[in-house]
Amino acid sequence: MSEEILVSTLPEFDVLYSDFVKKDERNGYEGFIVEPSSLKEFALSARDRWGYDYLSSVTAVDYFPDQFEVVYHIYRSLGGGALVIKVQIPREDPKVDSLYAIYPGSEFQEREVYDMFGIVFTDHPDLRRILMWEGFEGWPLRKDWKEPYYEEEFKPYASRWPNGVAERIEDKNPFGDNVQYPKGFNPETWIPSGEDALYMGLKRPDKLDGVDSEYVVVNLGPQHPSTHGVFRMAALIDGENVVDLKPVMGYLHRNHEKLGERNTFLQIMPFTDRLDYINSMSNNFGYALAVEKLMGIKPPERAEYIRVIMAELSRIQSHFVAAGFLLNDLGAFFTPSLYALKERELILEVFEAVSGSRMMCNYFRFGGVVRDLPEGLFETIRQLAFNRLPRKIDEIDEFLTGNEIVTTRCIGVGVLTADQAIALSTTGPILRASGVPYDIRRADPYSIYDRFDFDVVVRYHGDIFDRYLVRIEEMRQSVKIIQQALTQMPEGPIFEGKSQYQVKVPAGESYGRVEGPRGELGYYVVSNGQANPWRYHVRSPSFINLTSLREMCKNEKIADVIAILGATDIVLGEVDR
Amino acid sequence: MAITGLIKGLGITLKHFIETYTVDLKDGKKRYNTPEGIKERSSADTKGIFTVQYPFEKVPVPEAFRYIPFLVFDESESGEKDIRCTSCGICAKVCPPQCIWITRSVNPETGKPVPKPAKFFIDIDICMNCGLCAEFCPFEAIRMDHDYEISSFNRFDHHIYDLDKLLKPAKYYAKIHPKQYAEEEAARIEKEAKKAAAKATKPA
Ligand code: SF4
Ligand code: SF4
Repeated sequence: MSEEILVSTLPEFDVLYSDFVKKDERNGYEGFIVEPSSLKEFALSARDRWGYDYLSSVTAVDYFPDQFEVVYHIYRSLGGGALVIKVQIPREDPKVDSLYAIYPGSEFQEREVYDMFGIVFTDHPDLRRILMWEGFEGWPLRKDWKEPYYEEEFKPYASRWPNGVAERIEDKNPFGDNVQYPKGFNPETWIPSGEDALYMGLKRPDKLDGVDSEYVVVNLGPQHPSTHGVFRMAALIDGENVVDLKPVMGYLHRNHEKLGERNTFLQIMPFTDRLDYINSMSNNFGYALAVEKLMGIKPPERAEYIRVIMAELSRIQSHFVAAGFLLNDLGAFFTPSLYALKERELILEVFEAVSGSRMMCNYFRFGGVVRDLPEGLFETIRQLAFNRLPRKIDEIDEFLTGNEIVTTRCIGVGVLTADQAIALSTTGPILRASGVPYDIRRADPYSIYDRFDFDVVVRYHGDIFDRYLVRIEEMRQSVKIIQQALTQMPEGPIFEGKSQYQVKVPAGESYGRVEGPRGELGYYVVSNGQANPWRYHVRSPSFINLTSLREMCKNEKIADVIAILGATDIVLGEVDR
Repeated sequence: MAITGLIKGLGITLKHFIETYTVDLKDGKKRYNTPEGIKERSSADTKGIFTVQYPFEKVPVPEAFRYIPFLVFDESESGEKDIRCTSCGICAKVCPPQCIWITRSVNPETGKPVPKPAKFFIDIDICMNCGLCAEFCPFEAIRMDHDYEISSFNRFDHHIYDLDKLLKPAKYYAKIHPKQYAEEEAARIEKEAKKAAAKATKPA
């Protein structure tokens, strides 16, 4: 009992550390404001003394024209709610201490904040742009930065109605004139300086083996079939062994967050589909939760059940794809992955019937879902959950798990220990395969997950094989949840009242997170009471899981890097946003 | 050794391979190019070949399916087009990528707005098929189409749909969204009956 209290309560940090911590007392805000000079000290004691060992999200908000605020969400890997801390810094010459030494998982996220806001993290080991290209001028998420096709601050744009005449934006703004270059910059002759920084940043240890050979840098990607999109890994190799590796990303960057801040709250919903495009149901779920939290509403019972069923179906099809395509990366070209896609197809048909689209579902609304299950769909889902899926999961399991090629190539490869996995902020199957039984559905339950009986799947070797096994077993657990949900689902409305296109969202901040198939998918939303969010941030699991890629790949063979990346199961739409 | 796993894996592939033929032999011709065949191939018990040979066969789309939106018009008895849209602008406001452009009609004599669209454009290159416009139109005037075969050779000439291209009769709407159409008709008739009843009681 006493342990339970210890885990679930948030210490009164403002009293304990009254010198440099105060409560965030703005209306609708939570957490603590920490003095910039004491951030490291506070983070260290939060981690070592109070057990907040898992840094989930780092982001910033531009409270134009006053200040920047860097926002950290830290959790205990044992479970429980968030410790939200904020650091306020001036907009001129913004600097804040890097938490890399305390939470190495902050590496990419701090780089992202630097890239988007120009906030400098002192003592960061490798502070370079991460999503934008080297040499890009400006800080895109600052409120005074305008994108090339800028029309107005907020949607809806006045030119559309009542006197709208269609025009193509590229006619008004022809290609070639729509990019801002720094002074004296000539794209024809420019050589990216960041490349040097990238290659120089690869750590070259002293040669010990006495062989007179050189380290070689190999770029895997951006166009490479194993990367599942456009993604690059700069690997430093010694013979066949990887000595160091850095991922390079941003090729698919669309500045989803800036788009979100131009949109109204509802308009963001279909855009979330395009993050992790394999999984739009989970994406919708997280965003709906964040905004519902702000609005203080809850969907009716039936809608909750439908949401859970859809989210779990989504997890199953995503894991099918992950398991199937892992085999692709191991060289079993497409046969297993097509068997997996076959099952996915049946699930996508369910999505299409209920939401109108197979992959871009746009199915959740604030306070419910778009439509009830159409006639006959309940039976289809029942058939899937009680008949086909359990059978097929077993089949895939039998087909692949004992296979020698799978076992020899996966067991003991790409190992991440539990401590590393927590420190590097990995989530989802990767974290659980390393022996950390952390699943948000249990650790910090949302929606109605506390009603279902399921196991948090955990494995202890932290290698590719365990990640694969975790996914297979998680599919079984999801089937179990769907079976329970189908039996318990009540009749009733799927939406309270009438769905509104202009929702009233009170001022404040909220962080909604769900356990997506790839891990913790979080949405940090700040509202100032207007029709558009002031800040909209996606904590994307694929992106943050890549922080650990280097650790996983070190001292492995270059051929295994492909398999390791495959088992990380990234979706580039979500990595680059 | 590595051999057993390989043989097992190949065995499974072989099983699938043989299954396609046994299922084909059992089901005969009706498995392909027939609606039942397609239905069978997308059911939970399906075995054998799974793929649907587009464009020779097409998977039927569910009613909720959404593609590019279209505007609904009712046909009056004299055959005139009665556009349902009142150019209220809600769809243009709710559209996430802002690809709907509407010019409201104006009475040339009084200069007052008339609730009809003079011009209506949807840039289908930008439309993300989200369905929000159809979801929030208060006059059941804009609905999502099921026609997904709209590729063309030149996007500059064909991809901004205007009123001509967007207008489709209510009959078509009833055909592709039968359930939704029936519900809306029922609601409309009930509303009209209520109105009539209210009118009937008023003078008394
Ligand atoms: S919402 Fe409906 S009635 Fe209003 S302008 Fe759009 S199509 Fe016309
Ligand atoms: S479907 Fe969505 S994107 Fe397309 S016109 Fe309608 S609201 Fe706009």
